[in-house]
Amino acid sequence: MRVTSTKSSPNLFNRLAEIIGRYRVLAVLVVLLIFPFVLPYQALAANILIYGLFALGFNLVFGYAGVLSFGHAAFFGIGAYGTGIAIVHFAAPWYLAIPLGVVAAGVTAMIMGALAIRTRGIYFAMVTLALAQCVYYIVYQLDGWSGGEDGLTGVTVRQVDLGLMHFSLFNPTAKYFFILAFVAVAIYVFSRILASPFGAVLEAIRENEDRARACGFDVRLTKWIAFVISGLFCGLAGALYAIHLSVVPIEVLHYHMSGQVVMMALLGGMGTFFGPFIGATVFLLLEDVVTTLTSHWQLVLGLVFMACVLFFPRGIWGSILRWIRP
Amino acid sequence: MNGASPPILAVRGVTMRFGGFTALSNVTASFPQGQLTAIIGPNGAGKSTLFNVLSGALPPTDGEVLFNGRSIAGMRQHHFARLGISKSFQITNIFPDLTALENVRIAIQAMTTRFNIWTPRSRLTEMEDRAAELLSDVGLAAHMRRIASELAHGEQRALEIAMAVACKPKVLLLDEPTAGMSPEETVEIMQVILRLAERCTVILVEHKMKLVMDISNHILVLHHGEFLAEGTPDEIRANSEVRRVYLGEGRR
Repeated sequence: MRVTSTKSSPNLFNRLAEIIGRYRVLAVLVVLLIFPFVLPYQALAANILIYGLFALGFNLVFGYAGVLSFGHAAFFGIGAYGTGIAIVHFAAPWYLAIPLGVVAAGVTAMIMGALAIRTRGIYFAMVTLALAQCVYYIVYQLDGWSGGEDGLTGVTVRQVDLGLMHFSLFNPTAKYFFILAFVAVAIYVFSRILASPFGAVLEAIRENEDRARACGFDVRLTKWIAFVISGLFCGLAGALYAIHLSVVPIEVLHYHMSGQVVMMALLGGMGTFFGPFIGATVFLLLEDVVTTLTSHWQLVLGLVFMACVLFFPRGIWGSILRWIRP
Repeated sequence: MNGASPPILAVRGVTMRFGGFTALSNVTASFPQGQLTAIIGPNGAGKSTLFNVLSGALPPTDGEVLFNGRSIAGMRQHHFARLGISKSFQITNIFPDLTALENVRIAIQAMTTRFNIWTPRSRLTEMEDRAAELLSDVGLAAHMRRIASELAHGEQRALEIAMAVACKPKVLLLDEPTAGMSPEETVEIMQVILRLAERCTVILVEHKMKLVMDISNHILVLHHGEFLAEGTPDEIRANSEVRRVYLGEGRR
């Protein structure tokens, strides 16, 4: 039905797509503001926010720089543990704990990036996977700090005081908007980075690495910077995850997490601005619905994913963009 | 022997081996500043290899590359570009999914802001104006907003040259700039190259002999990976060695 209506009034859709593209930050925020009231429960909405941010950060290296990393769980996980440890072991307030988690993830990305960025293609994916597994086992072994197999419990932020505003994070709606505030700033910053000359260089490298090098760009350094920026965004997602769940399960560092974010980005459309959020939404909604029907939800999800890759290789948002702008 | 002007770029005893195969063997040659030098030689003479050594794409197995008397062999390729050694490619090499204007703007950007992650691109009007100017210079003023992969072959080659010039090169390396072009396009691009040669040193690898003789001031001849001769077109034409291995094959 959508296709036929597109044909009858292509101008309207084009205009709409253009407006959404221009005010893309605003568009995402409007959707996210009404989001918790549309979904069955707020915790799911908050989850989508966090995973959406995770996928957004991941998409910077995957979709824009054209490098497939299989180790992004490390940044999400270190972000979560960094924030969690600051709160549990040092009784840090949330406004210190979150930046700490982000910085910890950034430092992890600097190290992993420096080790992996010389390799290309599948080797890069393998090296990042291996390094992320190292991080997993190190954190697992440090059970005095991390809680080991049981995860880190007691990451509770009860009350948020912002001068005039006080609210409790036990209220799911308040928590959603607390998380949204961070995600909103992150989306804005991300959009600025994409629109910057640096964003143009990333596109150029994805398009033709050799040419970019001949133009005088240090391809390796540029990729590394993108990798670190990506790690910072994923670290923020992890930090918010810790506060959202009030525990940090060891699974946040597991390679499942790295795989999931690849699926989300592909599902939504790699290299598109809205793709990661759409991918995360579809992924988590499917998971939520299908788990109530069968315990084999991963099978269903796998089939949907395969269908998507086979028939809509551009992902959901990428395909929609194709329809309205042929 | 090299004329009055000092060399901007020179190779001293450069050898390039790929496994057991020697593509260049002990080549010494210089490229005078401000001149248009052509590298010629029969197929397999090592022209492209020398080109890649000069542009920094291949670090030589042995020997030195001198830029204004300073050794630069072994530096990474983007440093060559930043020194002012700019190249175009034998196979058309552009950013296919970006517009012509964006292609050139990226090249300009490499010389100015490499790591600006905050200012929106749309505000960098200076860069955009200069990109537009460069595109007009190579005759692409009407195609600025078109996606590069949709341009005709000759237009893509012209775009490449605009990109190479965008780096404000001191030395411009062109690998067979007229490859695959129609005769009309060839004439056009040659005029562009001659105009560029007024501004900077140009070194080109070219198959079309007549063209080389017409436009270059200085010619370097390679044969089986070895230096054979260098000099003005007249000197090369008169050189009996060169005539034997190369010119004798057809044209005189």
